[in-house]
Amino acid sequence: MSIAPIVRTVTVRQPPDRAFDLFTARIGDSWPRQQSLGPGELASVSLEPRVGGRWREHKVDGSEATFGDVLAWEPPHRLLLAWRIDAAFQYDPALTTEVEVRFDAIDEGTRVTLEHRNLERFGSDAPRIAELLGGGWPTTLAHFADFTATTA
Amino acid sequence: MTYAAQALDSFAALGDPTRRAIFEEVAARPASVGALAARLPVSRPAVSQHLKVLKAAGLVRDEPEGTRRIYRLDLRGIAAMRDWLDRHWDGALDAFADFADREHDRENRP
Repeated sequence: MSIAPIVRTVTVRQPPDRAFDLFTARIGDSWPRQQSLGPGELASVSLEPRVGGRWREHKVDGSEATFGDVLAWEPPHRLLLAWRIDAAFQYDPALTTEVEVRFDAIDEGTRVTLEHRNLERFGSDAPRIAELLGGGWPTTLAHFADFTATTA
Repeated sequence: MTYAAQALDSFAALGDPTRRAIFEEVAARPASVGALAARLPVSRPAVSQHLKVLKAAGLVRDEPEGTRRIYRLDLRGIAAMRDWLDRHWDGALDAFADFADREHDRENRP
């Protein structure tokens, strides 16, 4: 079974190489301040520019938390990150959900497409999803999650 | 309650190491209070109390099976996580586009 990935697209007035640079080297400049993993005020977010580089958030009090790491570093067109925060908001090095960001040149600048996939890995007993869907669970679940049986 | 608030509740609920151990046991396989108390160095009343908190945080749910209640992972936690991420990336990409466009304007100012 799989859960539909999250896909988001925005257009920016920058060429791909510049958009890639702003997205990575200055990730902390645009990261939403209210989206923090644990208690404590968020100071910044950083991404080390290499495969295996850490992707972290830094708190005002000096503490830090890890989101995951860099799986592929292919400027200016592609970045692949591992998001390793589980459904209980804990860092789990054994969990890999992929966040792929593509930077495609268009007339106006760059189309930035972000896809967060492998979301079914948040659940350790995914087969029960089908049972839940058949059990009168909220229709919003069906609305935003497209469960596809892998019958191969 | 919003999903973000629920997620924060979940985060707080797992701050206690004993409670996290119980949650991990339940996530691995459905279990009764008695089975959990037998597998962990925790009394039955304490297990019950921790399960109550986990249930309130939306992390586990229970259903009767004969005379016992069986606790299992609540998959709504996955749905809540997906929803949180959906909002997160929405906000993060919009903020990035604003930032990148502002930088463009600043760099190309006459």
